[in-house]
Amino acid sequence: MTEQYLEGGFADPPRAAAHAFRAALQALSRPGRIETLSGATPPAPCSPAAGALLLTLCDGTTPVHLGPSHDTEALRGWITFHTGAPLVSAETAAFALGTWEALQPIHRFAIGTAEYPDRAATLIVEMPALSATGARLTGPGIETEARLCLPETAAFQQNRARFPLGFDCFFTSGDRVAGLPRSTRVEEV
Amino acid sequence: MYVAVKGGERAIDNAHAWLAEERRGDTEVAELSIAQIREQLALAVNRVMAEGSLYDPDLAALAIKQARGDLIEAVFLIRAYRTTLPRFGASHPVDTGAMSCDRRISATFKDLPGGQVLGPTFDYTHRLLDFALAAEGLDVPEAEGGAPSDTQMPHVTGFLAREDLIQPEPEGADTPRDLTREPLDFPADRPLRLQALTRGDEGFILSMAYSTQRGYGRNHPFVGELRIGTVTVEMDIPELGFAIEIGEVVLTECETVNQFTGSKTEPPQFTRGYGLVFGQTERKAISMALVDRALRWEELGEDNVGAPAQDAEFVLYHADNVQATGFLEHIKLPHYVDFQSELELIRRIRAEAMAGQAQEAAE
Amino acid sequence: MSNSTMEGIPQAAARPETEARRARLSTLAKAPAGRLLALWSGWLGGREMPAHDVLRPPEIGTVMVRGRAGATGAPFNLGEMTVTRATVRLAAGAVGHGHVQGRDKDAARVAALIDALCEGGEADALETAILAPLRAEAEAGKRSRLAKAAATKVEFFTMVRGENG
Repeated sequence: MTEQYLEGGFADPPRAAAHAFRAALQALSRPGRIETLSGATPPAPCSPAAGALLLTLCDGTTPVHLGPSHDTEALRGWITFHTGAPLVSAETAAFALGTWEALQPIHRFAIGTAEYPDRAATLIVEMPALSATGARLTGPGIETEARLCLPETAAFQQNRARFPLGFDCFFTSGDRVAGLPRSTRVEEV
Repeated sequence: MYVAVKGGERAIDNAHAWLAEERRGDTEVAELSIAQIREQLALAVNRVMAEGSLYDPDLAALAIKQARGDLIEAVFLIRAYRTTLPRFGASHPVDTGAMSCDRRISATFKDLPGGQVLGPTFDYTHRLLDFALAAEGLDVPEAEGGAPSDTQMPHVTGFLAREDLIQPEPEGADTPRDLTREPLDFPADRPLRLQALTRGDEGFILSMAYSTQRGYGRNHPFVGELRIGTVTVEMDIPELGFAIEIGEVVLTECETVNQFTGSKTEPPQFTRGYGLVFGQTERKAISMALVDRALRWEELGEDNVGAPAQDAEFVLYHADNVQATGFLEHIKLPHYVDFQSELELIRRIRAEAMAGQAQEAAE
Repeated sequence: MSNSTMEGIPQAAARPETEARRARLSTLAKAPAGRLLALWSGWLGGREMPAHDVLRPPEIGTVMVRGRAGATGAPFNLGEMTVTRATVRLAAGAVGHGHVQGRDKDAARVAALIDALCEGGEADALETAILAPLRAEAEAGKRSRLAKAAATKVEFFTMVRGENG
């Protein structure tokens, strides 16, 4: 019996989750700023940063969708054991994890409703690397402008256009994370 | 409107210190332990668990001690604590038919399988103060034991259902809506209403139920069955791949058999009201069943006679004593700026009115 | 055991070793924490706790208890109960899961250790030392209440009219 999924949770969950929550909050409220997020060792291909986000933000009431890039038995078991989150299709997910390609088509994810804009999906996009270069970000939480290496710009521009509806994104690579909330304007440069 | 007001920190600290001292009371008198409250004020503990929506007798006893016996304050403490805990999941619906009953009575059938079991009830006491309890250290004689029978205690409504004399209970969603996770939203389906009623204020639910008996939405209830006892709680454990029993809870269940409905196509059938509450909480369970039945007017094709207990928004929005207390008691907090503006307004209106009178008098 | 117990997971329930584990974990979950810890320290008898890794540290949480409208109809949320859980792995590799009612972290860890030891081949010894006594005590407590309830059962007698004597 392989019980690899039993390992790799937070060693000290209350403290580690509080640190991770703080980092996630910083990442989303300062779009483009790269934070460090460690303490989780999920099964490959899930990055430690994405693993820490899942451990911190997910529980039995937050359905998770795994894109084909991350839909492995080991990761399914790990998420179930450590968070209790149900694994679902894209349409009903509160959180989704995968590479940008694996999460396509992106229009499947919930963008909230006029009464409850919070009922939108949060995408955790795994990246080969993260750097403060590339697309120009402006908007709430950014004093002048920020840069972030996004997988594309058109999808995020469309997402911004329907504010206050829309999905929110984390980009993760290794133990690094950056945030892109639906409120951020994205321009190609 | 609220205005941030600074100051009063020392006054607040001193108030808390005095509160702690008053809570303790006369130090010549022995301090209450949590175990004493749990064991000897069990019905207060039960009420706090039911309305706090958290089954944990020790925590409820602690809350009662901390709240100096103010049960709504204790419920508030339990609700606040509950929000700090992760939820591991939801149980399978409990099987009250398999309850290990301390009490089980029916007002509709005298001789029913399993019999009428009175249990530890106040019903036949004379409500005379027992001054013997004022003396401490009295030995309590052990209650008589009978021969425990393994007779099943099937639900009374089951007998009626077998003859189609009572409406069947429709199946529902596997995952019912949860008003502790999503804001209350109308129309509220029956599972959501039952959740609101079971955690609602006992006094409020009792008054609503009483109003239906006195004619405000009368629905002729019989207590088909009332049972109190222990049920096991089972839950699926994902990492095991099967369900285990994760604990036991004491519940009170009341099923009422109510006036029948029928139509040209459907022969008449009795209808049901249902109450299920944590702990030995008989008054609450019966009240819940009556109010549940009153709120079902629409799905049973009855007229809305405008009775308060038929109004789901009225009942559900006002049943929660923590919400009610929060909104009610906030009016004692500083509203200095609000009131200043009202004060200025009334002074100005009065000045204008008096000036007008003076002018009229002069003319 | 009720019929609803195994809904949705028939394959797992059909295996006898699954049933044994289910029964064991259920007994541990319902045991009073004080009794569980006392029997455990009796079993250790001065030995060290078995060496183990903690895969999931003891954690207090809740389980939403559900009922059914009219006892048989639509499920609804009745309220939560406190539960504490832990997962451990013994040095030899056996994994144990502990869930206990209430908020006792030591009890949850001990329940997980007992489960792991049973999985690791010590089931018979622990059955005798811990599980059987817990079951017997629970059964005795239940029987005692049922006996008191039986003594409050109403024996109706009918007033007979129109007969001699």
